[in-house]
Parts: sequence; C-alpha cells; structure tokens
Amino acid sequence: MITVSDVSFQINGRPILRQIDLTARPGEVSVLLGPNGSGKTTLLLCIAAQHQCRQGLINLAGHDLAELQPPTLARLVAMVPQDHHPVFPYTVRELILLGRLSRVSFWGQPSREDQQVVEEVIGLMGLGHLADKPYTQISGGERQLVLIGRCLAQEPQILLLDEPTNHLDFKNTTVILQLICDLAHQRELTVLLTLHDPNLALLFADHVIMLSRGRVAAAGLPGDVINPATMAQLYGMEVEMLHQGERRLLYPKLS
Amino acid sequence: MTASSWLRWGLLLSPLPAMFLALQVGAYAVPWKEVWQYVLFSSGREAVSEQMWAILFQVRLPRIVLAMLVGVALSASGTTLQAVFRNPLVDAFILGLSSGAALGCALSVAFLPGVPIQVGAFVCSLTAAFLTFFLARTRGEVPILSLILAGVIVSAFFSALVSIVKFLVDPHKLASIVFWLMGSLSLADWQAVQKSAPWILAGSGIIWLGRWRLNALSMGDAEAKALGMSVSRERGLFILAAAITVAAAVSVSGIIGWVGLMVPHVVRMLVGPDHRRVVPVSMALGASFMVLSDTVARTLTGGEIPVGIITTLTGAPFFIFLLKKRAQQSWTT
Repeated sequence: MITVSDVSFQINGRPILRQIDLTARPGEVSVLLGPNGSGKTTLLLCIAAQHQCRQGLINLAGHDLAELQPPTLARLVAMVPQDHHPVFPYTVRELILLGRLSRVSFWGQPSREDQQVVEEVIGLMGLGHLADKPYTQISGGERQLVLIGRCLAQEPQILLLDEPTNHLDFKNTTVILQLICDLAHQRELTVLLTLHDPNLALLFADHVIMLSRGRVAAAGLPGDVINPATMAQLYGMEVEMLHQGERRLLYPKLS
Repeated sequence: MTASSWLRWGLLLSPLPAMFLALQVGAYAVPWKEVWQYVLFSSGREAVSEQMWAILFQVRLPRIVLAMLVGVALSASGTTLQAVFRNPLVDAFILGLSSGAALGCALSVAFLPGVPIQVGAFVCSLTAAFLTFFLARTRGEVPILSLILAGVIVSAFFSALVSIVKFLVDPHKLASIVFWLMGSLSLADWQAVQKSAPWILAGSGIIWLGRWRLNALSMGDAEAKALGMSVSRERGLFILAAAITVAAAVSVSGIIGWVGLMVPHVVRMLVGPDHRRVVPVSMALGASFMVLSDTVARTLTGGEIPVGIITTLTGAPFFIFLLKKRAQQSWTT
C-alpha cells in the first residue's frame, strides 16, 4: 500500500510536483500516465526516497517514509531504474544476489538461504539459461527481466518501475507487463509504474493516475479515466478510440 | 573441483612458492634443501652456519614479509578504489593517496619527530582521497575522465608540497627522504614489519569483510541506496580503509606505483568481477607480485634497483594497453 498525501516537490525552486494525493493498493497494478515532464519519474523517485521530499506525507505499508532507514526501506520497496550504467560485467546470478543486500548484515556474506531465493527468482523469471552470463552482454529485454528479478530478490511489498517498457520491442513489452501483472496479483504486491502508451495502460492497469504539470488530473479505473476527452486534454491533441468487444484502442486523429 | 576453483586456489596460495623462491636467491644463494630444512625443521639451526641463519631470518624473511604486506595493501586498496569510484582505471597512486601519504611521511620525518609517520601518512592520504573525490564530483556523478584528472591534480599538488619539504629540510635527513621516496624495500627489517602490519591488516581486514558490498557500491549511488546501503557512510568507510593500508605501505616502502592498478585487473580477467572473489585473490596475487618484483629488484644487477622502478616498468605499458582497449568501447561516464 502506498499513500501519498499533499506532496509537493521542487527542483532548484521550480515546482515539479504540486499537492499530489494518490493511493496504490496491494495486489493491483497502478499506472502513472502523463506527458513528458509531468512529474511521473520525480514522483516515483520521491516514493523510493531517492529524492528527499519535505512537503507532504508518503506512507509505505504503514510506515512513514521519512522515518525509514535505507536497509528497512529496501526490504519494503524495490525500484527498477530506468537507466542503468553497468561498469563491471557481473553475471546475472551475481547481480540478482545483490537484491539480498538489505537482508545481510554489514560484515556478513550472503547465506545459503539468500542463494536459494536467487535460484527461485531465476526459475520464476525463466532466466536459467542466462544465469552465468555477464549481464552486460545480454539484450535490453533480458536485462530488464534481470533487474526486475533483482527487485524480487529483495522480497519487497512495493515494486516501483520507471518506464519498464522503454527500449523494449513489441513482444518483450507484452511479456514484461504480463509478468508484472501476474506478480502483483499472485503475490499481493503493490505495483506502481510509469508508462507512455495509454493503450498499454488500458490493457494491463488495474488503476490509473494521470499527471499533468505536476498535478493529479484524474485517477480511477482505466476504462473510466482513459478516453478521447481526457487524452485530448492531457496531451493537447485530438484522439479517437476504436471499440471491439471489451477491447479499446486509442490513436491520434490525423488530418 | 572445477577448473576455475583450481585456478582460484592456485592464485590464493601463490605467495607460498614466491616466498620459497625469494628465500633462496640473492647475493648469497641458499640452496633450496637448506631453506626447506629451516622451514620444516627449525632444529636444523645447529647444522648450518650462523651466517646463513641470519641471512634467511634477519635479512630475507622480514623483507619478504614486508613485500607481501605492501603487496596486499596496494592491491586491496586498488580493488576498493576501483569499485567505490566505479572506475577500473584508478588506484591509490593515480588518485593521489600515495602522494598524500608521502607528504605525511616527509612532514613527520622532517618536522614532527613526535608524530608516528604512519599517522602523518594516514591523515594526509585521507585528505588527498577526499580532495580528489570532491574535485571530481559534479552533480552527484564522478565521471571517469574527471576523476583521473582530479587525481593528477591532487598528486601534483602533494608532490609539490613534498618538494618544498625536501627543500627546507636538514640535508642529513634529505638523503633518507629522497631514497625512501623512490620506492624500495631495501631498508626492511622486523621493526618495519611490526610498525606497518597492524595498520595494513586492519585496513585490508575491513575491505575483506565488506567485500560483497563493494559489488553494490559499484552500481552507483542511487542503486546502492535502493539496495539498502547507507551510501556515503559505507563509501567513506571503504575509502578510509584504503587510505589506512596505503599510508602504512608508503610509510615503510615509499611510493610504489601501478601494483594497485594492475593486480585487480588481472584478477578480474582470471576470476570474474565478483568482489567476493576479486578481493582475496587480489590480495594474494599482490603479495606474490611484490615478492617477485622485489626479488628481481635485488638480484638483477650487482646493486639494488628500487622496486618501484620494476613495478612501473611493468605497470605503465599495461595501463596504456588498458586505456587503448577501453577507448575502443566507450569513454563516456
């Protein structure tokens, strides 16, 4: 459970987030939608405590974020970074093992139990054939899977993903989002992620929050929130929608 | 055991044969049979001359032990600094920690006889480390090139201060400072071992215990924090540990360059990048490499070549090779 109430945030005096209120529930995939620069990533970084947010309250699974120390926080929240610049070519298994860091004491080494969690994650994500490969030499989609795997090894209650479909092809996009949905539903994870494509939100989200210029413009079920009118307002362009059975598809109106 | 674990154990045990070899050779050659006798049966002492005993245990052994300690210190600190700064092209020498330590030593020899030189070396080396770090850091990032540049600047600055000390110091003390700055183990005795060992063991002990966390630190600040690290505190602790070991090593052997750069690299090529393996294997290989370099330094010619010259002659071409290889990949970040 994530509860954000009345959060504002500035960078160099420029307001990025203004009085944000939102809730993301366990067992649901909540999606942040909004144009570039609307504050989606900043909001995720505030919730992950990468940005120190002084105005407003952020509550994570019943804990006040301001009072959480890094190891406790990491056992509660895991975040898949948008950009990741590897320096040393660790193997996939070594990288996923780092997810256990918050559960090993400062002078300790990962235990057999930690190794076991890693093997389970590798099995769950179907990464067995990659486990001993350097993660610098695998494809973008595979690396995204590995980074999600590292988050799962943290055994968090909350999973944050910043544009997890970035750089992914058509199929990998579907594979990754389907996996995230399954994880949220089966493990009662609270998932909050940012997306650019409203159609993907229609397909996979349980709950949608629309951001516009640092404010929450709308929030609710994807079917209620995502429609040509709101999209036109959010992005300042004309949008049309196709219906077929339960499926809906948004596309820009071309002149 | 698999081939890779054979290799790992071979590297971990490599200081033993290196030590055995180094005990035998020198101006006075001691046949291996007699070395064996001493090592295995200390009772053999009466059987061989007093002179040989002195050569083995008062001259060669302390020097070998000191070389090992220095090798451990330089490669452990090199490994740590490379991980902490996410930059495989740095070590204590390049980042200015060695020059800082040298200044500390020179200051305490020249002007502060009351301060143990290890303490002076440690304070100045730590100052140099943080100076380089803050100089290189822009907007929370430490780019590879600016870190190396900052290291060059800090090194040059501290070297200039050392020169001022040399200029001002009493000429009797000057000779000893100059000789020691060249980087040599020729003054090694048990006292030097005694003075430096606790510091080197403490610093490299911290690094050895925390070695797995170096993997997380090498992911960068944001990710290390997301994984549950208190980044600035833990990074500070690792830099501190590196500075302790470097300061103690410099205080007994002067500036010996390139070992800390070369050894971790070779080790990563051999056993992979996981610091749980890299740290212990680097320490072992650093110890063997220093013992062998020092053996070459004292036997190659009739006189003594400072061992720093030997390590630089092997290290500089290696660094150029790394730079070239890396430049083909990418230079950004």
